Amino acid sequence: MDINMKKSKSGLRKAIVPKQSNYKHNNRSSEKIIEKILVLCAAIFIIAIILITIFIFAKGIPLLIKIGLIDFLFNSDWRPSKGFFGIWTMFIGSLAVTLSSMLWAVPLGIMTAIFMAEIAPHRVGKLLGSMVELLAGIPSVVYGFVGLIVIVPFIRDVLGGNGLSVLAGAIILGIMILPTVINISRDSILAVPKEYKEGSLALGATHYQTIARVIVPAARSGIITAIVLGMGRAIGETMAVVMVTGNSTVIPGSILSPVRTMTSNIVLEMGYAAGDHQAALFATGMVLFVFIVCLNLAVTLSVKGR
Amino acid sequence: MRVNNWKDKLITAVFWLSGLVIVGILAGIIGYVMVKGISSINLDFILEPPSKAGRAGGISTTIVSTLYLTVMSLLIAVPIGVGSSVYLEEYAHNKSKFARLVNLTSETLAGIPSIIYGLFGFVFFVIFLEMGWSILSGSMTLAIMILPTITRTAQEAILTVPHEYRENSLALGASKWQTIRKVILPSALPGIVTGIILSMGRAVGETAALILTAGSSLGMPLSPADPARTMAVHLYVLAMEGISMERAFGTAFLIVILIIIINYLANLSLKKLTHSMR
Repeated sequence: MDINMKKSKSGLRKAIVPKQSNYKHNNRSSEKIIEKILVLCAAIFIIAIILITIFIFAKGIPLLIKIGLIDFLFNSDWRPSKGFFGIWTMFIGSLAVTLSSMLWAVPLGIMTAIFMAEIAPHRVGKLLGSMVELLAGIPSVVYGFVGLIVIVPFIRDVLGGNGLSVLAGAIILGIMILPTVINISRDSILAVPKEYKEGSLALGATHYQTIARVIVPAARSGIITAIVLGMGRAIGETMAVVMVTGNSTVIPGSILSPVRTMTSNIVLEMGYAAGDHQAALFATGMVLFVFIVCLNLAVTLSVKGR
Repeated sequence: MRVNNWKDKLITAVFWLSGLVIVGILAGIIGYVMVKGISSINLDFILEPPSKAGRAGGISTTIVSTLYLTVMSLLIAVPIGVGSSVYLEEYAHNKSKFARLVNLTSETLAGIPSIIYGLFGFVFFVIFLEMGWSILSGSMTLAIMILPTITRTAQEAILTVPHEYRENSLALGASKWQTIRKVILPSALPGIVTGIILSMGRAVGETAALILTAGSSLGMPLSPADPARTMAVHLYVLAMEGISMERAFGTAFLIVILIIIINYLANLSLKKLTHSMR
């Protein structure tokens, strides 16, 4: 370090800071203890995820062994009092509500993201951005409440049925995943290098041709991430869905039929469940947990890999 | 951008429309809750405890429970979150396996839905650690849920602290920890505050995880071992069981007002953060 010090100013900088061996290893014992405490803080993340996995699996797996994974997943008979624990109807329910919410929210979300990043004047884009933040901040129980009071009666009066339906869930859930889809898509569109756009415009393409053929394809991976994370959000959402979908344990025949999702099932029955019934709810949570963690890991690792 | 034919104009209109739909949805939801909820709000509603399972009285105990849980979870999560961010940014080598694993876990934790946290909190804190349905179980569960937000915002804030600050402090003979405590953390404060505010929003709105860990008792929670019902859980019960729509609207009104205030504060502190970055 002494030799380096005599060099230029930038040499000095190199000598003191980025040479992490000097900066990082301090011999004083109190500094060592503090570093240990900080490592422990960081380790809590890993401990937490291990505990979550262990405790949920420990509750769910014995039941899966007892009735078999295949029967648990693909049997549509859910009668806890009789000892029938098949979550197929709830699995289909989650899928139906999630996919139908994505059907409208994903295109709208991507359109809005393109609008905010490319088309809207700067101030409008910013304003819309803060509105999307607010949309993301509204708690799910408020969405569920508004859905129950406004959307459900509207569907009942206009389209028939009792209103508590796949459609009501799809509308509310779609609104809830909009912020996820919009924010991640917009960021990835904004991250497309300016040269791509300029090059395309210089070649005589119009702005919209550039968006469709250059910018969106270049932002593709980010947009896919947005869709996948939106899907994860939708599948895991609980309170809003349970309030508007009617929760009957049958496979929905139409978009106006009531439906029960896996998450709804957990929150509805956890309060009084015991024994095998409770274990079955944990097993449901396990399925959900594995599904969502895989979804997120796939996204994280594929983004990192690039 | 030059719009030179009707087709381009049409496309432009469609894009503007999609932006307008978003504004409409937000304005619709907030406006509806505001208009319908304002009439339920008066001093008694805020200061009186609920009676007859929520059919009468106000919601004072649920407001206290919400604050109690929020503060407790922050007390647990902020030291751990800030500590991890300091470790990740100042001590760990970026490429170290441990640091990468912590970052990956943090992202995973952020993506786990609240019902899963509820299940975990129930089986771990409520049953295994025998804390029962209580403020303590609820706030521990909530603390894990907000940990990724607090850590990430603190990490970003620490990253923005100019390198010269560290060099100068170290050159003056300060130890590494002294540098962190006296120089880096104070400069990173706006980011840390942003994380805290964002977490408050999460805590105020959280429902699924808290039903399973804090319970839904309407009593006034005094000790951390008492069960509690937050405003969000109260709204759910009132609406789902059709107990009192008037009170449900009032509760929703207060939650939305809180969220708007929290959102505003978060924007303010974010602005401060980007200001200090320049």
